[in-house]
Amino acid sequence: MNRIDASFKSAEAESRLVLAPYVTVGYPTRESAVELALAYVEAGADMLEIGMPFSDPIADGPTVQLASQIALEGGVWLEDAFNMIERIRSQTDIPLVPMGYVNPFMQFGFDSLARELAAAGADGLIVPDVLPEHADDIEAAHAEHGLYLIRFAAPTTPRQRLRHVGSGAQGFIYCVSVTGVTGSRARLADDLPAYLARVGEATSVPRMVGFGISKPEHLRALHGRAEGAIVASALIDIVQASPPGAGIEAAAAHVRNLAAAA
Amino acid sequence: MLETGTLPNAAGYYGPFGGRYVPETLVAALDELEASFQRHHRDPAFVAELENLLHFYAGRPTPTYHAARLSRELGGAQVYLKREDLAHTGAHKINNALGQGLLARVSGKRRVIAETGAGQHGVASATVCAMLGLDCVVYMGEEDVHRQALNVARMCTLGAEVISVTSGTRTLKDAINEALRDWVTNVDSTFYLFGSATGPHPYPRIVREFQRVIGREARAQIQELAGGLPDTVVACVNGGSNAIGIFSAFIEDPGVSLVGVEAGGYGGDQGEHAATVESGTPGILHGARSLLLQDEGGQIIGTHSIAAGLDYPGVGPELAYLHHVGRAEFATFGDADALDALELLARTEGIIPALESAHAVAGAIRMASETSSDCVILVNLSGRGDKDMETIAAQLGTRG
Ligand SMILES: Cc1ncc(COP(=O)(O)O)c(C=O)c1O
Repeated sequence: MNRIDASFKSAEAESRLVLAPYVTVGYPTRESAVELALAYVEAGADMLEIGMPFSDPIADGPTVQLASQIALEGGVWLEDAFNMIERIRSQTDIPLVPMGYVNPFMQFGFDSLARELAAAGADGLIVPDVLPEHADDIEAAHAEHGLYLIRFAAPTTPRQRLRHVGSGAQGFIYCVSVTGVTGSRARLADDLPAYLARVGEATSVPRMVGFGISKPEHLRALHGRAEGAIVASALIDIVQASPPGAGIEAAAAHVRNLAAAA
Repeated sequence: MLETGTLPNAAGYYGPFGGRYVPETLVAALDELEASFQRHHRDPAFVAELENLLHFYAGRPTPTYHAARLSRELGGAQVYLKREDLAHTGAHKINNALGQGLLARVSGKRRVIAETGAGQHGVASATVCAMLGLDCVVYMGEEDVHRQALNVARMCTLGAEVISVTSGTRTLKDAINEALRDWVTNVDSTFYLFGSATGPHPYPRIVREFQRVIGREARAQIQELAGGLPDTVVACVNGGSNAIGIFSAFIEDPGVSLVGVEAGGYGGDQGEHAATVESGTPGILHGARSLLLQDEGGQIIGTHSIAAGLDYPGVGPELAYLHHVGRAEFATFGDADALDALELLARTEGIIPALESAHAVAGAIRMASETSSDCVILVNLSGRGDKDMETIAAQLGTRG
């Protein structure tokens, strides 16, 4: 069984949400990125989303842009992502889901990418600028290696399209919580419950909510409405705001609080 | 046989290029835009209103002018200029801004956003929004805000809000990133008035349609003036809106060669130029699969051109396709070539072109001097140089 499916199964049995903190390859540095990821695992993460930086991340707000920029200035390559996944995999059995914009993946080659990711121990791939109708080649390459290509839903997705997106979805549907880019938000959108219900009617694939999720109370509000949540900017903000050397511990402490509410 | 008349296909592809690579949030808006465009662009009432505006408001048709003194000076082919510089706001960008502005109005969205490099598309968008009573926000890279300050002042005078973009390379690429982020956030209330023949489907198709008027007029005008079709049509290329606008009328004429001129900047190394077709490789940026300037890892690299409106690491998918199938050729001319061409056109014809258009003139000058006097070269003079006078004065002032 794909580790992603297993993770949702056991979370369901415990009536918990699957909590997926996000780490950027090469941020804060190449070395400390792995430490940060492992600290999140230790703090109770159920899954990790591992972001590959890109020069032009159009779906990301200032926080994730900054982490990407720092990583790229540090000279990060796709090989660093494979290496990071491999090192995390040697320490844990939770699902690892890399995420990145399509162009670097296309240059590397989808077949080679799927092979390397599978060998490193990844379980799926998230590509925010590839729609299901343009995904045949990348989906097939990953299927061959047992990896899921994750699909997206947005508050603007019409019902009929939700059914189309849901019908071939594997692992989970990444439910973008707001019309907007990534970035920590004080409160959840008012129409989030209705939208998540719409997704739930269209597909039985688990719903992972991302974009803006930052606090334990957000997770509590998602109980019964989604199966999991992804937290990115809130954690990067904590690392950025911490004195040098203290970021990992501070961000991991927040993951611990989130895990308690998941 | 070229299938250009039937392209793009239903998914927005021109051969291997094009498509729609965007976050899911934008899909419904792009579908809606496509449906609205399909419904309106052949609708007689819509067409009549657009033609009316193009004529009485934008000053079309723009003339085609025989640059006789320049041609004599070069001693070769006869050079004709399609005078888009004479259109209202000073460049071809107004054609597309009017068309999309009318689509914005029928969409019911009151807020329009646009990206701009040289500021010409920003000015055209601000102009059309003022005239239609829509709110306008223009994203512009910080570097371009400085080098095209006059256009920033024009946009502000027209009531638009100009947002200076400080991320990345602080030029057009980053202005598009920021505009896309705005659109993802405000998609329910906002119409994205895209400025070039690139971006996700259906934008390349829409922009071509609204710029086709250049080629339609020029084809009739050159036949009347020169007694036949031109041997060569030349246009500067960034995203490719002025180029595809004029090329579209000649694609089916095998005897007419189509030449796109890209910005050679000050050198051939990475980061020194913006010659995407000549030096780029296939990739995906800003919603479309096309040719790109990128490193081996697929990160987009910075570009340079003295012309802010050519300073971008991508090119529209249809031009990439025309190159791919051999129907269009591409040449590269640098900052110094463009300045020389600008000066020669100014001194021989009394016309100061935009720095972008000066690249096309540089291409024509080279080709004219290599061909005989019975050859006809038609240049799309996409814009006027008023916006560039500070740069031009700083560069040419010392030459006396
Ligand atoms: C006068 C002028 N010509 C050409 C361009 C290049 O754009 P495109 O390739 O879309 O025609 C610009 C862009 O700003 C411009 O202002």
